[in-house]
Amino acid sequence: MEVETETMVEKREIINNVMCLLTDPDGTPLGSPMYLPQNAGPQHLNQIVNKLQNNEEKLPYAFYISDEELIAPLETYLQKNKVSVEKALPIVCQPQAIFRIRPVNRCSATISGHAEAVLSVAFSPDGRQLASGSGDTSVRFWDLTTQTPLYTCKGHKNWVLCIAWSLDGKYLVSGSKSGELICWDPQTGKSLGNPLTGHKKWITGIAWEPVHLNSPCRRFVSASKDGDARIWDVSLKKCVMCLSGHTLAITCVKWGGDGVIYTGSQDCTIKVWETTQGKLIRELKGHGHWVNSLALSTEYVLRTGAFDHTGKQYSSPEEMKKVALERYQAMRGNAPERLVSGSDDFTMFLWEPFVNKHPKTRMTGHQQLVNHVYFSPDGLWVASASFDKSVKLWNGTTGKFVAAFRGHVGPVYQISWSADSRLLLSGSRDSTLKVEPWPCLVFQVWDIRTRKLKQDLPGHSDEVFSVDWSPDGEKVASGGKDKVLKLWMG
Amino acid sequence: MPQGDYIERHRRDYGYRLDHFERKRKKEARQVHKRSAMAQKSLGIKGKIIAKKNYAEKAQMKKTLAMHEESTSRRKADDNVQDGAVPAYLLDRDNTARAKVLSNTIKQKRKEKAGKWDVPLPKVRPVAEDEMFKVVRTGKRKTKQWKRMVTKATFVGPGFTRKPPKYERFIRPTGLRFTKAHVTHPELKCTFNLEIIGVKKNPNGPMYTSLGVMTKGTIIEVNVSELGLVTPAGKVVWGKYAQVTNNPENDGCINAVLLV
Repeated sequence: MEVETETMVEKREIINNVMCLLTDPDGTPLGSPMYLPQNAGPQHLNQIVNKLQNNEEKLPYAFYISDEELIAPLETYLQKNKVSVEKALPIVCQPQAIFRIRPVNRCSATISGHAEAVLSVAFSPDGRQLASGSGDTSVRFWDLTTQTPLYTCKGHKNWVLCIAWSLDGKYLVSGSKSGELICWDPQTGKSLGNPLTGHKKWITGIAWEPVHLNSPCRRFVSASKDGDARIWDVSLKKCVMCLSGHTLAITCVKWGGDGVIYTGSQDCTIKVWETTQGKLIRELKGHGHWVNSLALSTEYVLRTGAFDHTGKQYSSPEEMKKVALERYQAMRGNAPERLVSGSDDFTMFLWEPFVNKHPKTRMTGHQQLVNHVYFSPDGLWVASASFDKSVKLWNGTTGKFVAAFRGHVGPVYQISWSADSRLLLSGSRDSTLKVEPWPCLVFQVWDIRTRKLKQDLPGHSDEVFSVDWSPDGEKVASGGKDKVLKLWMG
Repeated sequence: MPQGDYIERHRRDYGYRLDHFERKRKKEARQVHKRSAMAQKSLGIKGKIIAKKNYAEKAQMKKTLAMHEESTSRRKADDNVQDGAVPAYLLDRDNTARAKVLSNTIKQKRKEKAGKWDVPLPKVRPVAEDEMFKVVRTGKRKTKQWKRMVTKATFVGPGFTRKPPKYERFIRPTGLRFTKAHVTHPELKCTFNLEIIGVKKNPNGPMYTSLGVMTKGTIIEVNVSELGLVTPAGKVVWGKYAQVTNNPENDGCINAVLLV
């Protein structure tokens, strides 16, 4: 008996314990503080959290101690940072995507067909269809199974600058440089009705109304260089509302999940509109130069609507609406919607438009204008593409700088996230695509290593204008100045 | 003796002559005829001067008229489709310094295989040795003649240290050393001031190549990293060859054209 107690004491001396408090990202504790052995690693913590949450299926989690990811046993962290063992150590558990997207690494097809530069490519929300708009005034639909051209849609009089899929995948709207919009049917490749005219200058952005607000999809908003945004109705085939107020060109438009429209403009302001009467509700000022790009924390869910990685199809619009609403609410939680704007003044602002009209934080660090910002699908990270040849990664809730990806030698134009938020894709003027792994995989030891370039995808012989990662995660499409559309696969 | 402003003062005190404006108008009206008469009868250099002035005036007037006409007549917006489509986010940006990805690998490879370059200046004037070098007489009685001074522009690498004078056969004067060249990109039609990395080939002989002499037609290697060019494989191009197109020793600068 005595011998046994002695061994117990010995063990306790070898394995020191530390008081830990596991919390979820909002800060609410999952349980009471507990003693954990110092040699516990992320795998052990994973088991504990799954137990605490009573998860039937084991979900992967990532652990953060004061915004630093835990990848080694607790011991190493304690030694490195000299944390007091008197207080409870707060550990934040971030749920990770339960599926994993394979990083793309090869070009599966190079499809030529466009006679001019490919200006925009977009996968449909379910990831089964692909369309591209080009400088040769045509919109093309591509067959993803055979990787061949499906339909060529002519109708525009000038370059097709932007395209957008409706969230049920039943329509595609394209906007051209001469200011007209055409609605296409992806099943037949025919245009639905005459071109929608109204804009006086070229179209800079199109956004559809989220499917959880209105199903089947009818309304979309388009922004133009002439400073107006217009809400159109597909079934009525006319302009429902005109949102005017910006004094200069609108560069970016987003339809938020709470039923408001955000527009960013070259007059340095972001305006928030409500959509029933088209009234201006808020004006966000702060930028010193053009606002180039907006990103919503829920953007990915809004974009994919009811479709998720399982590839389920829905029969009725009502069902779709219900599922989309569930997904949106799960994504948003009870926090307000966050907005990030990237600007020509080399900075970005993080806003919470429903809480405050002043920015939450200013994100500085880029040395050139920020061309594109994008929230990760889980809303935890923001990536920004800048003309200073780098892609930077920021914390999506606090706006803190996390990492910079330097690998491009030309300005970075566009970025795209994989559906599991682990990989980031960027297209640049230097004609390559880069795939960057983020966040670091739990099993890898050196986080410095994982923040490095994962894959260089050379192949384009000229600037890459547009990239898109399909929502099911299997394919990446890219188009550029060399007139071909490339499909990449893992 | 200065006359002062007696006319102005008189006018201030007593006002204009009653017929002043009438006279002025008439004088101006007659001026045209007077000038044309003058233009017609003037001969020689004076006539030429007048003709030139009148011509310039007329041309200017025509230009202004055309400009006014243009602003009044309504032009259609540029609805024809232009080449070089760019996405919406680049439409408002002036893209002057767009570097193009250089020609394809096959061309480059074929060139390398052949071992010669299809260069912009295929033929150069041969430079004789006595033009290239100046004999420097040395020794106490100035009888020794083994030392040479290069009379052309040279490139001397950054790590170069001179030999002791006794062993230094070739002197490359510091005044003729160059580290930078004005390199024109033939496709972009723009010129960059780039650092020279080395002299690749002097057509006059391998000795000049090793000495780093740059005459017209010499192939030099320049540092193009700031142009941001990439190979089709996605690698950054660091050095590229360029051919010297001027006579640097006469001009005091090096102009070169990039070989693409």
